Amino acid sequence: MRVQLTVNGEKHEADVEPRLLLVHFIREVLRLTGTHIGCDTTHCGACTVLLEGRPVKSCTVFTVQAAGKSLMTVEGLEQDGKLHPLQESFMTEHGLQCGYCTPGMLMTGYAFLQKNPRPTEDDVRWAISGNLCRCTGYVNIVKAVQRAAATLQGGA
Amino acid sequence: MIPAAFEYHAPTGLAEATALLARLGEDAKVLSGGQSLIPLMKLRLASPTHVVDINGISGLAGIRETDGALRIGALTRESELEESALVRERYPLLYETSRVIADPLVRNLATVGGNLAHADPANDHPATMLALGAEVVAAGPRGQRRIPITSFFTGPFETALTRDEILSEIRVPMPAARSGGAYVKLERKVGDFATAAVAAQLTLSLGGTVEQIGIGLTNVGLTPIKATAAEASLRGKRPDDAAIRAAAALAAAASEPVEDLRGSVEYKRDLVRVLTARALRRALARAQGGR
Repeated sequence: MRVQLTVNGEKHEADVEPRLLLVHFIREVLRLTGTHIGCDTTHCGACTVLLEGRPVKSCTVFTVQAAGKSLMTVEGLEQDGKLHPLQESFMTEHGLQCGYCTPGMLMTGYAFLQKNPRPTEDDVRWAISGNLCRCTGYVNIVKAVQRAAATLQGGA
Repeated sequence: MIPAAFEYHAPTGLAEATALLARLGEDAKVLSGGQSLIPLMKLRLASPTHVVDINGISGLAGIRETDGALRIGALTRESELEESALVRERYPLLYETSRVIADPLVRNLATVGGNLAHADPANDHPATMLALGAEVVAAGPRGQRRIPITSFFTGPFETALTRDEILSEIRVPMPAARSGGAYVKLERKVGDFATAAVAAQLTLSLGGTVEQIGIGLTNVGLTPIKATAAEASLRGKRPDDAAIRAAAALAAAASEPVEDLRGSVEYKRDLVRVLTARALRRALARAQGGR
């Protein structure tokens, strides 16, 4: 099936099998390997991308369902060679160790901060509850999202 | 994991979709949010040769109150329920349910209609809708029909929908004055199915007795369970502590859990007793004007 979709602002067109999962399309057809496959069973959130601005698990969407829609992957965060404040905050706060969950955390965090620019710690923990991290115990991830919130508000 | 190959259909109207289903028969599955179907297909527990994606059908999403009912379009995402001010203020049972289904990412795709039509006894909306006395609208090649939720779940993963019907809407009766509801779920972690969960919805009379009552149980039987004996024990009574405890014991007796990683039969049955009492107390507080 011929599909057209916009990824990180760029239009793409490809011939895909209906069963091709979105995460495989992103990684193997577009070669955007920032999006990770973790559990592959809709639990871990490593494959989180934004579909029409909402974070979803791309291992649980068929590519054909995204036809005509817009996607954003972790590669879309950096602008003109400059990291997004959320990415900077993950570095500053050591919000990652092995880094496997990070692309998903970043995408969930990015969408969340747009909806809730001044979150409490509880809000952040609630928002990332569909993204698993096995290294950090989440503490520094929560701090990183809160730091980014402050930066984006112009307060840090 | 890669699902088996299938042919993809994306109808843009209900009539087209139901005609397709009628033609394709047993080999077709309806795809709405896909958050149950796609994992099953990846595990090859489901290998439909045709997938009918209903996401392109307009008019199947949205939440509105009209004609005495809250009408929830089948394609309404769980996150939309969760973000709806109307639902949060007027339907606390639905709001609480939407907050504990899977996780926030899954809820951005998962639909209310899918949660019911999939008829997994571990899903949360079935018990909620049983407690609320909802009805579902089924659209088929011969038109629409309304199915009371009490006759919708016919077995594990089985519903009263025929092969060529699509669940198009859920109708929840608008709550009368002095109504309240609550959903209390115990899960091991976010995203897990309930060890057990209880939905309660009640309406008090002016005199403070229970006028209407609905109690639904999640994941403690082959189908979602309506705890009718527990409901009957409260109807017309003053919901004091003894009455709530008696109803909770009856709800536990109505449950038919099986042992699994989440707990033993005895544990789960007692959990139903505890959760029922909690759900009833919270629903009662709300009916009396609390939060």
